[in-house]
Amino acid sequence: MEELVYTRTKAVFENAVSGFCPGCMHSTVAKLIGEVLEELDILDKAVCVKGIGCCGLQSNYFAFDNITAAHGRACAAATGIKRTNPASLVFTYQGDGDLASIGLAETVSAANRGENFSVIFINNGIYGMTGGQMAPTTLVGMKASTAPWGRKPEEHGYPIHVCELLNELTAPYYLERTSCNNPTNVRKTKKAIKKAFQNQLDGKGFSLVEIVTGCPTNWGTDALGSLDFIEEKMLPEFPLGVIRDKSKED
Amino acid sequence: MSRVFMKGCEAIAEAAVRAGCRFFAGYPITPQNEIPEYFSRRMPEVGGVFVQGESEVASISMVYGAGCAGTRAMTSSSSCGIALKSEGISYCAGARIPMVYCNVARGGPGVGSIQPAQMDYLQATKASGNGGFQMLVFAPSTVQEAVDLTYAAFDYADRDRNPVLILADGVIGTMMESVELPPMRSDEEIAAIKDSKKKWTALGHRLGEHVDIEPGFWSTLDQQKWNEEAAALYLSWEKDLQWEEYCVEDAELVIASYGISARIAKSAVNLLRREGLKVGLIRPITVNPFPYKAFDRIDYSKCKAVLDVEMSIPAQFVKDVSVAVKDRCPIETCLCSGGNIMSRDDILAACKKILEA
Repeated sequence: MEELVYTRTKAVFENAVSGFCPGCMHSTVAKLIGEVLEELDILDKAVCVKGIGCCGLQSNYFAFDNITAAHGRACAAATGIKRTNPASLVFTYQGDGDLASIGLAETVSAANRGENFSVIFINNGIYGMTGGQMAPTTLVGMKASTAPWGRKPEEHGYPIHVCELLNELTAPYYLERTSCNNPTNVRKTKKAIKKAFQNQLDGKGFSLVEIVTGCPTNWGTDALGSLDFIEEKMLPEFPLGVIRDKSKED
Repeated sequence: MSRVFMKGCEAIAEAAVRAGCRFFAGYPITPQNEIPEYFSRRMPEVGGVFVQGESEVASISMVYGAGCAGTRAMTSSSSCGIALKSEGISYCAGARIPMVYCNVARGGPGVGSIQPAQMDYLQATKASGNGGFQMLVFAPSTVQEAVDLTYAAFDYADRDRNPVLILADGVIGTMMESVELPPMRSDEEIAAIKDSKKKWTALGHRLGEHVDIEPGFWSTLDQQKWNEEAAALYLSWEKDLQWEEYCVEDAELVIASYGISARIAKSAVNLLRREGLKVGLIRPITVNPFPYKAFDRIDYSKCKAVLDVEMSIPAQFVKDVSVAVKDRCPIETCLCSGGNIMSRDDILAACKKILEA
């Protein structure tokens, strides 16, 4: 008797060929989101609000309801959907430029209202689709197409730590930073996404999972090199772990 | 129907509630604060949602979200706040999301003045955001008309899956008048409206039936096809044109005006007629599309001039009037701006100057 131990998620189109760059982790996260939606049996309730940029490419893969919001406004659009349709499972899917630069006000305000939806935040420290411009999370010294000599604190300031920033607020329920740079962290990311979605189903309020990922194309590395870069450079700046979990206080 | 004495902003909000609006997001700005304030206390009574957004930019995106989920949704603001909303308005048009918004306009560019004006005409009618989209734009001249147009606006928005703009001004928004309120749509009717949109709204769908709402396309051919379909929709609005024609038939002078200016102009027409002067009025109610054909009803063999009356310097509405008149007679202007309300005496003087020349 053969035992089925793994099957691909139905939440990602079966005939979809990844258009993401080699080494990009958007496809990994798409798979994790899909698996969680299936495991929680909420595929038919899911509504994803995609940010602008590479995140928007997920419409080629997501086999569940999704919309594209204006650049940075995903948390505002998600507020409109979730408030008028509480039965939907609503989550935003945003990159660092979208969530932490142009959309910082929308992110902080939705978190501060304790909106009952989930945020999946892809932090790779760079603008992807537009071609490697400096992001609010670009590391000090890291080169970008708009910071050709690297990020200088005296001119550009320092990388924004979104989870820590939101941790200053009273309302957010759950904030965790994970990565997808090795199998252990991929599993932890899936667990965090599942927790964020479960929190929403339980009506607990705002949950955000920040996933530190790579962008080999705009980092100027190959796929394997980007894994090293995450481990050696990104994670010391963006330490992994649970930043806030109110369920511990419940 | 019920007759009540209400402030314009509150009457607009109540009309929206009665039309089935169940989501409102807005940000404070004078002179329209009574709209969000009214919704904040009214929505809980009808099971609706009010959110004070962190900005105009966020508020319109909240409305976009609510519209994507099939709820009748609205926002409002004034002039510079409307400019901030132009991002989300364009997204609603681009993704064909129905919604209604109201501009209680004030005077001048930048922060401008907070008093009533008609300085947003070209923005409202020609380019309320990027990308060349169009909207039905209605300009009420009384609180009653603001109520009736707001009520109807939700049906137009759903019919076309497109934003609709109520272009009011600080006078309409802040004055109190007696109004007949339209009937309240029942919860069943509202649920049926939402249900009728289920095929395209993002509420969650079964595998194989998923909805993807996109305010744009990767493929240039797809985008062109969308643009062509939108252009066809905009052309279909010819049937929706509304305007008021008053004493035009024998007129030797026709005033062209809209909104609150037109209401003041109409009282000037009545005074001039009492003096035996043949003056008429054309008042577009839909200002986009513009009822150009209304101006074909003028007898240009008798008409010495068309007088453009608007609370905008430089004049803006006159550009459409000029297209409509097609050089068949001269066009003069009677203008004020900066938050100064049109004076009937100035209109009377401008008319007499033309007729006595």
